Parts: sequence; structure tokens; C-alpha cells
Amino acid sequence: MLYFCVKFVTVSIEDIQNEIIDEFSMFEDWEERYQYMIDLGKELPLIDDQYKTDSNIIKGCQSKVWVHAEMNDDKIAFTADSDAIITKGIIAILIRTFSNQHPKDIIDANTNFIDEIGLKEHLSPTRANGLVSMVKQLKMYAIAYQTQLK
Amino acid sequence: MLDYKNIRNDFPILQREVNGKPLVYFDNAATSQTPQQVIDVIVDYYSNYNANIHRGVHRLSQEATDKYEEARLKVQAHFNAKFSHEIIFTSGTTHGINLIANGFSSILKKGDDIIVSALEHHSNIVPWQMLCERTGASLKVIPMNKEGELIMYDYDNLLSTNTKLIFVNHISNALGTINPIEYIIEKAHQVGAAVLIDGAQSCPHIKPDLQALDVDFYVTSAHKMCGPTGQGMLYGKEAWLKKLPPYQGGGEMIAEVTFKKTTYADLPHKFEAGTPNICGGVAFGAAIDYMNSIGFENIAKYENELLEYATQKLLEIEGLRIYGTSKHKTSVISFNLDGIHPYDVGTILDKMGIAVRTGHHCAQPIMDFYGIPGTIRASFAFYNTKDEIDTLVTGVKKAKMMLM
Repeated sequence: MLYFCVKFVTVSIEDIQNEIIDEFSMFEDWEERYQYMIDLGKELPLIDDQYKTDSNIIKGCQSKVWVHAEMNDDKIAFTADSDAIITKGIIAILIRTFSNQHPKDIIDANTNFIDEIGLKEHLSPTRANGLVSMVKQLKMYAIAYQTQLK
Repeated sequence: MLDYKNIRNDFPILQREVNGKPLVYFDNAATSQTPQQVIDVIVDYYSNYNANIHRGVHRLSQEATDKYEEARLKVQAHFNAKFSHEIIFTSGTTHGINLIANGFSSILKKGDDIIVSALEHHSNIVPWQMLCERTGASLKVIPMNKEGELIMYDYDNLLSTNTKLIFVNHISNALGTINPIEYIIEKAHQVGAAVLIDGAQSCPHIKPDLQALDVDFYVTSAHKMCGPTGQGMLYGKEAWLKKLPPYQGGGEMIAEVTFKKTTYADLPHKFEAGTPNICGGVAFGAAIDYMNSIGFENIAKYENELLEYATQKLLEIEGLRIYGTSKHKTSVISFNLDGIHPYDVGTILDKMGIAVRTGHHCAQPIMDFYGIPGTIRASFAFYNTKDEIDTLVTGVKKAKMMLM
């Protein structure tokens, strides 16, 4: 019974990603897309300062990314941050899709929607901004928590 | 007077667009673009005389060998080396540095010193750290001041009879500072130390006279001076090259091989094991011809104009700070906008078709010195224009507006 309740209130990763695709379809050019991401990056307090530690850091060659994960009930809440604002804006989008989800759903999810909103280059392994490693890290957390659940 | 309009037509890549905008290429310190004259030589090599060199008796091999060795003579003449066998073809600057570091591993012992500068690229620090670990020698560093200049007073104090090797770049890749290598070489020789100069950043801008410099070793890469990647040169004084052991074993570098003993080939082949980058060598020669046809005096004068213009225009932007403000610098501007990460600025500029480099430029110690994560680096070549600098200035202003 509880399972059904949880299922009912959780918006799926795919639904959130489709929402984001819809939002981005309103933008006419790169400037509007980037301004939106920059504003996301500026506005959101993405991580508690106590978690901005060296052990939570993912070093890209260009920008740094911090990630922290917590298990609430049986869902994972992620917080993250970056020293570069565009990176931070993309983190905000990724966190919105992956946070407060079940570990299994996080493990199964992909980030293909990033291509559709015209930000593919930011998730390129050669970009060295720490984002690819961050997505890997989110999945690692999910795998670790999933193991605990079992 | 440099005719940049016609010169731009030599470079096919400069005609392309990036993100729907005409390309503005300001990442020349990372790699320069290639003129049609050099591209033609590469195509001609693979179309007409591609063959392995030095051993074949057949016609193609002979033609390829002649062209390759002709290129070595061009390099020798350009850099004014005494002998052509003092020019070792390498895969690039890093290869040359590692070759020397390896050679010195049999010479250095505990108690010896190697001196490097605070302005070095990572490729210039790591091989010496490894060498010190192997031999027990110590690594000393010539510090820099806020303008991004090496402090010669401290250099003098670091020198002693224990100093065996000094390693300094001719021009800093991160800041563009031209280092006083004449002074550094002269002082080093007074204590009997050898000097290796990294010329990767200088060769696109100036024409070093190696005999006049009296330098012991000099390394550079072809791709910084309109040539292909994967090709470079190491110059060493004959006496030094004879003294150093070979770096890699293989074909080309041997005179005679039995299972008991191998005797090594004469210079330069002793250091050129295996099949070299034949096309790269030939194209390197063509790149040197091309740059000389424009003339290094013309290049230096025009690039200096670009540097002054860009410096003045960029400094008009409020909150913009330039790192590396020496009076002696080449056409490189490293800068940041107050409170804005360089990566963000680089990303916006790319959207506008402007190629700059952002990050620590493989020179993290310099970034640590200034206490910054990195900079935005715009580096200009003789085929860039003031109009392109105006586009950069507009782009930086736009980035600032979006990111503030």
C-alpha cells in the first residue's frame, strides 16, 4: 500500500526530463537558453557549505563540482555546486531530474534529454568541466544506496 | 608592411564558421593554423613520394630521404645551428625535453641541482621531478614577480657549482612574458651548467640564433609555427649530443647489431629511433619557408600592434584584469573578469565563434601564484586582425553582461 502512495507522488525522471525539454523549446536562440541556465546557476543555493568539502569534490580540468547525497525514506536527495556558473546551471537541471528519486530509477535513467535541449557539448567527456564525472557519481551513489536497501 | 588580407587567404580554416559566426581564432599559443602552402606539401608527400627513408635503394625512398634531409637543412639554417646533425627531429617539444631529461639521468647524482622557472608549463616540470626522483638531484625554482617576470636576483642566488642544468621557457605560454635567456645562459655557463630552452612559444614570433645565444639545447614544435602536429626539433650542441646516451632503442639509431653488442649510429640518427614522421619533417621545412616568406620582423611588428590594440581595448572593460604585464611580452593576453569564472566566459565566447583558451594552461603554479582557478587567454598570430579583436571585446562585454 505504501509503495503505491510513494509511486503516486513521485514524478518520474522521464516526466521531469520531458518538462525540461518543453521549457527549453520556448527559447529561440542560444542566448536565451544560456541566460536561463545562468539564472538557474545564480539563484539556487545548491549545497550546504558543510558539504563543500574536498572529499565531495569532483575535479574537472576547467571547473570544480561538489556533490552530496542523502537517503530520505527510500529516495536519494542530491545537492551539488560548482565554481563556474554555467556548470552550476546544468547541475541544477541534472539535480532536478535525479534528486528525490528511487535508487533503481536513477540507475536506469539516462541523460539523453541534454542533447534535445541543445546542451550536448557540456556533457562531452572532453569538456573537462566535471559534469560527466558528476553524472557517474550520482549513479554510483544510487548503486551504493540500492545495495543498502537490499 | 604585412598584407594580412592576402595572408588570410592562405589559411582555408579562417574562412569557416563556428556556431553560425565567422571563426575568430585566438588560440594560436595552443596551435597555429596551417597555410595552403604547407597543406599542399603534405598532400604532395602522400600523393607522390611516400616511402620509408634512409635504407631503401628504390627511387621513392631516395626522394623521401632527400626531402626529409632537405628539411633538416632548412631547420638548421633557420635557427643558425653550426651543423645539421645538431638538429634532432622529434615528435614535439615534450619529446625533446624528455630526451634530454633521460640523457641527464646518467650524468646527475645526489647533491646536484636542476633549476627551472616558476613560469613553466607542466611538460617542463614533470620530467625534471621524475629525473630528480631517479637521481637524487634537487629541483630549484626561479620565482616570478607580479608582472609575471622571472626574478634574476633570485636566479643568481640559486646558481652554484652544484647546478648542472637550467631549464627555462623562452616565452611563457600562460602569460606571454619573454624571459631574459641571454642572461640566464651566460650566468649558467659561468658555473659550468648546461641550459635547455623551451622555444615552443617563441618560434612563432621570433627567429632565435642558436649560435649567438650559445645555448646548449633548444626545443620547439612545428605546429606552433604553421607546421603539422607530431613534429618538432631538438637542437643540441654537438659535444653534448655525443655525450648523452640514446633515448629509445630501435631501427635507424644503430650502426651494427649483434646479440653481444650494438654500436649506435652517428648523429642525428642516434636519437631518431624507428621510422620518423617523414611527412611531418618535410612539412616542418615548408612551414619555416612560409613564415620566412612573410618575414619575422614583419610578424613581430604586426603582432605587437595587435597586442597593444587588444590590451588597450580590453582594459576599457570595467572589472577586467590582465595577468602578465611585463614590457617584454608577445601577443598573448591572459585575463579575467572580476567575480566571473573563466570557463563561463570561454563558453559564451565559443557560442559567438571566438576560440580562446580557458583554464590553467597547464601552468597551475602560475595560477596558484595569482590565487585564481585559471584565466581566459587570447593569443594572436600574424593572420589575425583588429576587427577580430573588436569582435572579442564585444564578446567579452556580452559575456560580462550575461554572467554578472
